[in-house]
Amino acid sequence: MSLDNTTVRNIAFLARIDVPEAELPGLADELSAILGFVEQLGEVDTKGVEPMTSVTEMALRWREDAITDGGQQDKVLANAPDAVEGYFTVPKVVE
Amino acid sequence: MSKLTDLTITQAREGLTKGDFTARELTQAHIDAMEAHRGLNAFITETPDRALEQADAADVAIKSGDAGAMAGVPIGMKDLFCTEGVLTTAASHILDGFTPPYESTVSANLKKAGAVTLGKTNLDEFAMGSSNETSYYGPVKNPWKKQGDDADMVPGGSSGGSAAAVAGRLAIAATGTDTGGSIRQPAAFTGIVGLKPTYGRCSRYGIVAFASSLDQAGPMTRTVRDAAIMLGAMAGFDPKDSTSANVPVPDFEAALTGDIRGKTVGIPAEYRPDGLNAEVQAVWDKGVQMLKDAGATVVDISLPHTKYALPTYYIVAPAEASSNLARYDGVRFGLRVTDGVRSLDDMYMKTRGEGFGKEVRRRVLIGTYALSAGYYDAYYLKAQKVRTLIAQDFKKAFETCDVILTPTAPSAAFPVGAEVDDPITMYLNDVFTVPTSLAGLPGLSVPVDLDKDGLPMGLQLIGRPFDEETVLQVGDVMEKAAGFTHKPASVGA
Repeated sequence: MSLDNTTVRNIAFLARIDVPEAELPGLADELSAILGFVEQLGEVDTKGVEPMTSVTEMALRWREDAITDGGQQDKVLANAPDAVEGYFTVPKVVE
Repeated sequence: MSKLTDLTITQAREGLTKGDFTARELTQAHIDAMEAHRGLNAFITETPDRALEQADAADVAIKSGDAGAMAGVPIGMKDLFCTEGVLTTAASHILDGFTPPYESTVSANLKKAGAVTLGKTNLDEFAMGSSNETSYYGPVKNPWKKQGDDADMVPGGSSGGSAAAVAGRLAIAATGTDTGGSIRQPAAFTGIVGLKPTYGRCSRYGIVAFASSLDQAGPMTRTVRDAAIMLGAMAGFDPKDSTSANVPVPDFEAALTGDIRGKTVGIPAEYRPDGLNAEVQAVWDKGVQMLKDAGATVVDISLPHTKYALPTYYIVAPAEASSNLARYDGVRFGLRVTDGVRSLDDMYMKTRGEGFGKEVRRRVLIGTYALSAGYYDAYYLKAQKVRTLIAQDFKKAFETCDVILTPTAPSAAFPVGAEVDDPITMYLNDVFTVPTSLAGLPGLSVPVDLDKDGLPMGLQLIGRPFDEETVLQVGDVMEKAAGFTHKPASVGA
């Protein structure tokens, strides 16, 4: 699989990463090389094989549906680049 | 008496108990070493004042006779563990200024056991790398150099700062994390011991996530016995990590009986590809002989899907990373780029564009692609199926052997800058460690010999799930047989 600039631009948008136009061709080559490398998985016969979703053969635990934490607004907001009156803020999103 | 910075955990414990020196003296000696060797760039953040406070507390505990297993032992903490009140960066620009309001379970466990934390060690950005060259805070230098050559060598990665700190005698031990080889490969490159435990053995709570189905914390030390002691202090069930295993933590040190007669060691044919480095091969053969001489039975085994482990890993790990790293959005913590921003999407894109380094960007994009509509089945689902086959290979092999012996890495350390331009060449560093990670098994790297250039080489022992004891037991015997006492030139005699 070889990726072109348009595809890379689209993936970068899906991942919300700004990639300068000048870097697209180099990135497309690198990503294509990695995809080429992983495509050898196509040789493996996986008919009837279950996909692995958990490496340790254990079921997820249940717990009581009860509040175990909370009331830490100051700590939650402590690292926010721009917290105002108990809220996280973002740039204006309504035109 | 040997220098305080040359002591192992075992020796420090003995000296502290006997009162030969105090935890404060031991800690001060390591703080001095940390400051003297800043050129290695092993630490991102140094916390000497906190360390001395912790040392004083350890001295009190030791005197009163209720000291924990790591009491007064100065360690480095990989800067991927969240530490309350201490900057935590994951070696990424995007976590600028992030000071966690909480403590990771592993670092809390170590603190409880009395360990003294000297600071936060450097790593590849978000633990993505095999040479510690992707760190936003600059590359770490390996304390080892080739004989007669002054070029800086990489310490391996991603736990390169931890490895350099332990090998360079800046810390007695350090924490690492391993997703595809990030503890074992740097341990091999720096001539120290590194153990990736079974997935689920150590809690992932508070560790900055890379690939959640693979990430596992473990000890990096100078001896196998030290690894056993430190793992005991790190491990344990934690309800805050849904994949933490609710199994008892055995006395790992007690497993080091020195007797491996009756154990069966498997040698996988697939780890001997055409073109395997002749010196790696020779060290491996030497290890086989040591275990035979110690009374173990050696058998040939087959892990037929080995060659598909790396391609599987380079789908599974980036896919999980792309999902995990979606949290870095410039809203709740870390870097926010606002210059010329016209919308929310714009802020996300500029923040993440500036905040992530090139390797992280590459992996997030590969992962995003592999999970995107129309490609999910072809890439991600396929990789998850091959992962099942890789795990089954090991399960079958362990029907005929107790432990598996392989090289840790396909070469010794390489010069800084040598492989940085070619991602796939860099990925091949983990060819022998990635299969173990995909299968969730414990893997231990033990230093065995020097190559012709005077650089350390390690061998890896792989065990059954939650059987770190056998891995450590066999590793201890191999370590004694190898008698690896070499030190990097930077340390002096």
